Amino acid sequence: MAIIGILGLQGAFREHQQSIEACGHEAQIIKRKEQLEDIDGLILPGGESTTMRRLIDRYDFTEALRQFGQSGKPIFGTCAGLILLATDIVGQDSGHLRLMDMVVERNAFGRQRESFEAPLEITGVAKDFEAVFIRAPYIVEAKEDTEVLSTYKGKIVAAQQGQFLAAAFHPELTDDYRLVQHFIDMVEKSKLKLATN
Amino acid sequence: MGNVGTNRVKRGMAEMQKGGVIMDVVNAEQAKIAEEAGAVAVMALERVPADIRAAGGVARMADPTIVEEVMNAVSIPVMAKARIGHIVEARVLEAMGVDYIDESEVLTPADDLYHINKNDYTVPFVCGCRNLGESVRRIGEGASMLRTKGEPGTGNIVEAVRHMREVQKQLNEVINMAEDELMVFAKENGASYEILKEIRENGRLPVVNFAAGGIATPADAALMMQLGADGVFVGSGIFKSDQPEKFARAIVEATTHYEDYELIGRLSKGLGTAMPGIEMTTLDQADRMQDRSE
Repeated sequence: MAIIGILGLQGAFREHQQSIEACGHEAQIIKRKEQLEDIDGLILPGGESTTMRRLIDRYDFTEALRQFGQSGKPIFGTCAGLILLATDIVGQDSGHLRLMDMVVERNAFGRQRESFEAPLEITGVAKDFEAVFIRAPYIVEAKEDTEVLSTYKGKIVAAQQGQFLAAAFHPELTDDYRLVQHFIDMVEKSKLKLATN
Repeated sequence: MGNVGTNRVKRGMAEMQKGGVIMDVVNAEQAKIAEEAGAVAVMALERVPADIRAAGGVARMADPTIVEEVMNAVSIPVMAKARIGHIVEARVLEAMGVDYIDESEVLTPADDLYHINKNDYTVPFVCGCRNLGESVRRIGEGASMLRTKGEPGTGNIVEAVRHMREVQKQLNEVINMAEDELMVFAKENGASYEILKEIRENGRLPVVNFAAGGIATPADAALMMQLGADGVFVGSGIFKSDQPEKFARAIVEATTHYEDYELIGRLSKGLGTAMPGIEMTTLDQADRMQDRSE
């Protein structure tokens, strides 16, 4: 059984915890960087990316999170988490964790009144995924070998690059566990691989 | 576009604010300080509750200029207050693109009987509550988020504590209730049977519940989190303190790490004077904002 950590500084981390547990795996809320040693994969949840960034900086998490990702362990970012993963953010000098080669734009679909739900096709995961977009970002450009998994009206809303997975929407707000199961599969594969190395 | 203004989208927005601090601001400069400190949202106001209290008279929706100024200054969500029952103030805020409307007892109510039918709006609403009956009535009208009322602008935590404890106590009662007891609870508390049933089945409120009304220190914020708040609103506390920037940062950190007492101790050092505050017994019945709506 894989142990999945969820960064618990701010945002919808309990919903992710419930999704992981519903899939039969163990979830751990991560509030201190030392806890990263105990987990096989990490979810960066939805929330306010500026708030999370401040707290990540203040508790000296940045380098630890980068190392976690670079060690080959999978990270899944949803909404604010997607923003944290990106190398570049429109209108800002630099990305936050800079782990995934992509340019993202914050609040790209508009303000709260423009937030919406729509069915999505996600390559290799689902043909009819119920996606909830809340003041959501999208991926303006997927660079290097970042693979586009889903688009909505021509905008990239899900992508994967090696051990990193990103979604502009909130799978944790629905009972549709197919995307989180895809991530758990990634974690289990990486766990096997890291164990045999 | 897909489906806008669904319950999932409106309630989900509040879910994303969990574990965070929403700060009252009256101009762009304060909004930027709040964002920089790590606030998850700001509440754009003409006056903070303590000043509304001091000014007296009728308190209304803020001048749209101020709300717009704040919306242009920050990238985090912006909330604004409409008077209870004031359908038009709420529609104006919605048309301006405000991210969340607070139908708030801090302003003078426009309707002494009916709240706004919030189900009609694309933009989500937050409403105040003192107990589970009031919470469920607001949810029934379409509130997507709750906050305990506390007693705004007093810097006194006692009412927020009372309201949070009451909501939690009644929640536990309902969750552990036999199904045949539920209707009587619904009757006695003026609460929708259907929503109570949903609460009992899921073991929780269907929307998030923040604490508000009297939070003046980092320890106050942490206290409310321990009592079961999903996050906190800080009104007058920050910009009525000696060092707003430091204060704002400390409250954000104390809310995240609400069980780390060593840290809260460190955060509380040298913050200067908090807002002076008001003792409840010195407050006239007419000045109690929490009693302005049921």
